[in-house]
Amino acid sequence: MTESVTTTASTSAGTGKPFLELKNLQVHFPTDDGLVKAVNGLSFTLERGKTLGIVGESGSGKSVSSLAIMGLHKGSRAKVGGEIWLDGAELVGMSVPEIRRLRGQQVAMIFQDPLSAMHPFYRVGDQLVEAYRVHNEVPKSVARKRAIDLLDRVGIPSPDKRFFDYPHQFSGGMRQRAMIAMALMCDPQLLIADEPTTALDVTVQAQILDLMMDLQKEFNSAIVIITHDLGVVAQMAQDVVVMYGGRVVEAGPVREIFYRPEMPYTWGLLGSIPRVNRGGDHRLKSIRGTPPSLINLPKGCPFQPRCDYQQHVEGHSCTGEVPDLLQIGTEDHRVRCHIETGQRKKLFTEQIKPNL
Amino acid sequence: MGRYLIRRLLQTVVILWVISAITFFLFWITPANPALLICGKNCNTETIATVNATFGFDDPLIVQYGTYMKGLVSPTGRDIGSEGSERNCAWPCFGESYQNGIPVWDSISDAFPATFWLAIGAATIWLFFGVMLGLLAALRKGKALDKLSVGLALFGVSFPTIVFGYLLLFLFIVKLKWIPFPDTANAALFEVGPVKWLQFYILPWITLALVFAALYTRLTRANMIDTMNEDYIRTARAKGLGEGTVIFKHGLRSALTPIVTIFGLDLGGLLGGAVITEQIFSITGLGKFAIDSVLGNDLPAIMGVVLFAAIFIVLANVVVDVLYAVIDPRVRLS
Amino acid sequence: MSTSTAAEQVIRAGQGEALLEVKGLQRYFPVTRGIVFQRQVGAVKAVDGIDLSIHTGETLGVVGESGCGKTTTGRLVTRLDEPTGGSITFEGEDLTHLSRAKMRPFRREIQMIFQDPFSSLNPRQTIGTIIAAPFQIQKVDSEGGTKKAVQALMERVGLNPEHYNRYPHEFSGGQRQRIGVARALALRPKLIVCDEPVSALDVSIQAQIVNLLEDLQDEFNLAYLFIAHDLSVIRHISDRVAVMYLGKVVEVADRDELYNHARHPYTHALLSAVPEADPDALAHRERIRLTGDVPSPLNPPSGCRFRTRCWKAQDICAEQEPPLVQIGAPGHQAACHFPEERDVI
Ligand SMILES: Nc1ncnc2c1ncn2[C@@H]1O[C@H](COP(=O)(O)OP(=O)(O)OP(=O)(O)O)[C@@H](O)[C@H]1O
Ligand SMILES: Nc1ncnc2c1ncn2[C@@H]1O[C@H](COP(=O)(O)OP(=O)(O)O)[C@@H](O)[C@H]1O
Ligand code: SF4
Ligand code: SF4
Ligand SMILES: [Mg+2]
Ligand SMILES: [Mg+2]
Repeated sequence: MTESVTTTASTSAGTGKPFLELKNLQVHFPTDDGLVKAVNGLSFTLERGKTLGIVGESGSGKSVSSLAIMGLHKGSRAKVGGEIWLDGAELVGMSVPEIRRLRGQQVAMIFQDPLSAMHPFYRVGDQLVEAYRVHNEVPKSVARKRAIDLLDRVGIPSPDKRFFDYPHQFSGGMRQRAMIAMALMCDPQLLIADEPTTALDVTVQAQILDLMMDLQKEFNSAIVIITHDLGVVAQMAQDVVVMYGGRVVEAGPVREIFYRPEMPYTWGLLGSIPRVNRGGDHRLKSIRGTPPSLINLPKGCPFQPRCDYQQHVEGHSCTGEVPDLLQIGTEDHRVRCHIETGQRKKLFTEQIKPNL
Repeated sequence: MGRYLIRRLLQTVVILWVISAITFFLFWITPANPALLICGKNCNTETIATVNATFGFDDPLIVQYGTYMKGLVSPTGRDIGSEGSERNCAWPCFGESYQNGIPVWDSISDAFPATFWLAIGAATIWLFFGVMLGLLAALRKGKALDKLSVGLALFGVSFPTIVFGYLLLFLFIVKLKWIPFPDTANAALFEVGPVKWLQFYILPWITLALVFAALYTRLTRANMIDTMNEDYIRTARAKGLGEGTVIFKHGLRSALTPIVTIFGLDLGGLLGGAVITEQIFSITGLGKFAIDSVLGNDLPAIMGVVLFAAIFIVLANVVVDVLYAVIDPRVRLS
Repeated sequence: MSTSTAAEQVIRAGQGEALLEVKGLQRYFPVTRGIVFQRQVGAVKAVDGIDLSIHTGETLGVVGESGCGKTTTGRLVTRLDEPTGGSITFEGEDLTHLSRAKMRPFRREIQMIFQDPFSSLNPRQTIGTIIAAPFQIQKVDSEGGTKKAVQALMERVGLNPEHYNRYPHEFSGGQRQRIGVARALALRPKLIVCDEPVSALDVSIQAQIVNLLEDLQDEFNLAYLFIAHDLSVIRHISDRVAVMYLGKVVEVADRDELYNHARHPYTHALLSAVPEADPDALAHRERIRLTGDVPSPLNPPSGCRFRTRCWKAQDICAEQEPPLVQIGAPGHQAACHFPEERDVI
């Protein structure tokens, strides 16, 4: 199964290969209850200077995939399969010492809860300095200067003083800024942000998202932003991957996903969110049922137990065969559903769109 | 920090005072008649009266309490004995033993070094082995080494100290004769030299350390496993830090924090006497002194030992709190 | 959500027939130092003089950033916490300082649903027991036995009645929130305080619970005090909306009036900060970016509390606290010396 979503931008300089490419990534965890199939064949590509949004319900495998890119499953019980190509190097098969050199340097990560993601016993500044000095053999004073510069850059007031604070002395927004500064210490080309604003208030979230976009322009880095908030994706990403049950169920440019979605789960997702810019006298289109168990994934389409559109399928069995992720149209829009494209388009315009 | 320290020390004084008051008044609820104990075999009403006068047993309770406290607080101690035969009991005065008339404080300060060396040596051993085994077990969770150390810990916790101590004594001293029978009851390092000193203490150390080492193994293992699952450990790895740095700088420091607390309290408790171990190896430390005093109904001695032990426990509490504040900035700054 | 128009509500509001009326409500949490001799060194002004009213069958949404006092307000209204000032009137009765015993009949009428569906249910009780608890506490006998009543409730909130004897950990987040709803519904209350009932849930599950709450409202003519930080959810479910900032209500209006014609600068900032799930609309939107964080409620700014982050602040804002006054449409109130004149977006 080779399925991929390619950003429309040109590939990275000369090599002809995309900057980041995941091919059929699988992550499984053996547990006492059985094998947890957290990620089952995730593929996408991403270019420098672009942002990819990954959306999906909790437990759909978003965080697990991002940890796989960082190589953070190595040394745990997790079984990782498939390929991850970053700037010409394959990461899944890489040894721990090799990938450790990339961590922080080429790929950096921002986590959801900045309070628990920083060590409570060390000064914020020292944690930044540490991130720099792992990869750069420089005296402390140089690293400290860089840390203060970056704290300033991410908007921490009087950074030379706040350098000496401990994480608990920062507010939630400041902590997340400090986390971003820490991630940027070594100028990584790829930034993975796992729910970077979920723990923050809207006004602070807006500040952090702006900051990330500004920094991206400045450093031309690639960003993978993982979230369950479709608004954040709409604001940040050029491309979107919708995950369900550890699989990509739909992927494509952001406007395709928001204005011409074709997968019933994406329809459900878009229908179930209330909109801040619209009056609210309509009923929300909730998706019935609950997300699947990753130990006993449904046999056919992962969304099948909750899908209301199975009667439109012809010539396939939703319960028997996993649909392939197939490209539709000219743009890089890919959908995993047994319903015929024409029929899906018709369903969307006639039944879904009027209610969104 | 300075103000915090002063506040804590003041609190300590209050707590010690409360403990001393409680011990003193408990002392008076005990049915034994102290005068009878002191005058011994040839008692008659007259001698009892003299004894009562000498020790002030006729005075109202509150006056006696005042006298007792004076001995503890006044820099010159207090006088003991009836008029004419007064003798000074120097500070800190816990009174004189009913059994042999020696000032209790003298006996305590004689007995303390043995207990001190016993506790310090054992603590070093159990801290080292407990933390090391616990750490290895946590890092090899589920593997053979983990199971071995968990098994050892279970063995250590469930093996009664008294059985273990006598077993060691029998095996190494009596049977194998690797260690000569201890000839000094209280080996001072300067008098006997390091070899004899070690020979004297090694078995008691192991005996005392066993249970603690087992408990600390379990504790370190559990803490370390929890800590290594923390988000900030994942962050440390994501920065590209080596596994050694991740484990020792980021992991172990957090995992050991609660252990510092427990270690302080355990050590503080032991400095007041390790009863069973001292008994087994006939070490004339505070534990043994306490037993002898209790068996002999020697109330001033019992009170002295209880108060002395309480001082260590209370001080250990302060030290632990201060250490905690030093280690954890969240405590320090709030 | 009731289907009444804004005009009807204004009329109702004018008649003063409020189910719940809150006036000048205050909750200060004392901050003390010292162990033996405690002295008060300050107070966290979690809720500092707010007025609210809710009518039968109506939903009042309360939004604001974390720490602004939403949960505290909810706990005060249900009398889970004791106000330090102000009054709470329910159906004409003053509840403000009622004793536990006198409060009991009102506990039937006012219920609460909590944010965290994981910690708000006792893990050692079966869900049958949990939902039946209100019956027992209030010593209510229902015909056909408690079990029947509980199972009927479970069915109503979308739980399988056969799961009567299961424990909370066997349920998903959404199902647990349904259990919470059933428990709150048991005694047929008139008012339910919902404290972030959907924040911990996935969007698809969120929609299920929001729909359930709306259906129940229509069926039982419930009033909701609906607390959330998500402006989209609030817009969807509320009839009227109150915006809180640092323990104060800064603006209150009918839903559409508030979202379309907000007048308080903070409301503007909030609305423009929400990322809409609509890439094209986002591109054309006004962007107001507040700087800094919400100040500490221990030491709130003088005058208008928003002035440290407000782009319109003048000297008077530091000196005088702006009162909550009528502005624009009937029922629209805002507390600002220089209210915005244009609309958001
Ligand atoms: N028991 C308490 N003692 C002291 N301060 C408290 C207490 N409870 C709440 N506070 C403070 O009161 C303020 C309001 O708290 P509250 O929980 O009502 O906020 P909230 O609006 O519900 O926020 P969130 O969106 O984070 O739930 C906060 O600053 C909080 O720290
Ligand atoms: N270490 C682990 N052991 C077993 N299961 C795990 C582990 N980490 C994650 N999982 C499971 O993998 C699935 C995907 O998790 P995750 O990627 O964190 O979801 P999300 O999409 O919310 O980020 C979940 O069901 C989760 O419980
Ligand atoms: S494949 Fe079948 S079950 Fe899956 S989304 Fe399409 S119609 Fe629904
Ligand atoms: S009163 Fe002044 S500071 Fe407060 S919101 Fe209005 S303009 Fe801003
Ligand atoms: Mg996640
Ligand atoms: Mg709250």
